[in-house]
Amino acid sequence: MKPDIYLYIFVMAAVTYLIRVLPLTLIKKEIKNTYVRSFLYYVPYVTLSVMTFPAILSATDSVWSGTAAFAAAVILAYRRKSLFQVSLAACAVAFLTELILF
Amino acid sequence: MEGRRKQFCCGLKDGIPIALGYLAVSFSFGIMAKGAGIDTLAAAVMSFTNLTSAGQFAALEIIKNGAPLMEMAAAQLIINLRYCLMSCSLSQKLAPDMPFFHRLLIGYGVTDEIFGVSVCRKGTLSPFYSYGLICAAVPGWTLGTILGAGAGDLLPARLLSALNVAIYGMFLAVVVPPARDSRVLSGVIVLSMLASAVFAVIPALGGISSGFKIIILTVIIAGAAAYLFPVKEESHEA
Repeated sequence: MKPDIYLYIFVMAAVTYLIRVLPLTLIKKEIKNTYVRSFLYYVPYVTLSVMTFPAILSATDSVWSGTAAFAAAVILAYRRKSLFQVSLAACAVAFLTELILF
Repeated sequence: MEGRRKQFCCGLKDGIPIALGYLAVSFSFGIMAKGAGIDTLAAAVMSFTNLTSAGQFAALEIIKNGAPLMEMAAAQLIINLRYCLMSCSLSQKLAPDMPFFHRLLIGYGVTDEIFGVSVCRKGTLSPFYSYGLICAAVPGWTLGTILGAGAGDLLPARLLSALNVAIYGMFLAVVVPPARDSRVLSGVIVLSMLASAVFAVIPALGGISSGFKIIILTVIIAGAAAYLFPVKEESHEA
């Protein structure tokens, strides 16, 4: 028998919450070790980069609109535009590219 | 207290772009959830309690297949283990004497974007700033899910296709600006993307789940970068 949908949701929410909260409650002291500190500093950059590329290229209906959105987002982010501006511009560029191509 | 209120409002303001980005992404999640046979209420509850993009998208497939609960737990553990690394990093931004309940509440809101914005704050992180971020981001994520599940098919397909890049645009807006001033960081980002592309191209590596791929590459690349280019104290505080 298939488990109930809310049982699935409970399991995934519990696992996800524990992953998030345990380090916050267990690590109360400042980590002094330079290697560990440096590792933690690099983590978000690697994680977000790995999640973004190449996934963005195949996120839309065409690889061309995905590529155009990627290029637009990198350029605007480099110019320090806000999260919202970069995000919206990426969507707009993807939309316009598909409009022109198809 | 004035300070708390100011921190909260500041978080709320910084959370608006996150909420708008979430709205777009969770909208497409809502559509997919409906496609997987999940009703609007269940999809909304899932978004509100989980607040995770990759984990929830992966869950749809698991629920559709009627897989055992253990498989769901294992999949979420692997896909979301990056939050553990982020929480470890975030723990260093909290005042050492911060009360337990603040830590429990902040933990709920550790997402890629909230973390990305939080670590950029100067000095120690006020819990009220985090609450501001959460109070903006969570309604965005939940509301988008409801709209997508309820009314997604009203939108033209072309618009839906374009909305899929919203989350990646947001990720890039987090990682690219600090890399301007750091060659090491630029190198780390480019290397991470190339390695990720290699994983996507080589068929033998294709069987590895996206969550596990994120963990492997994060441990290897961040581990190597920390060994080769240890971060000096002052740049870590910034």
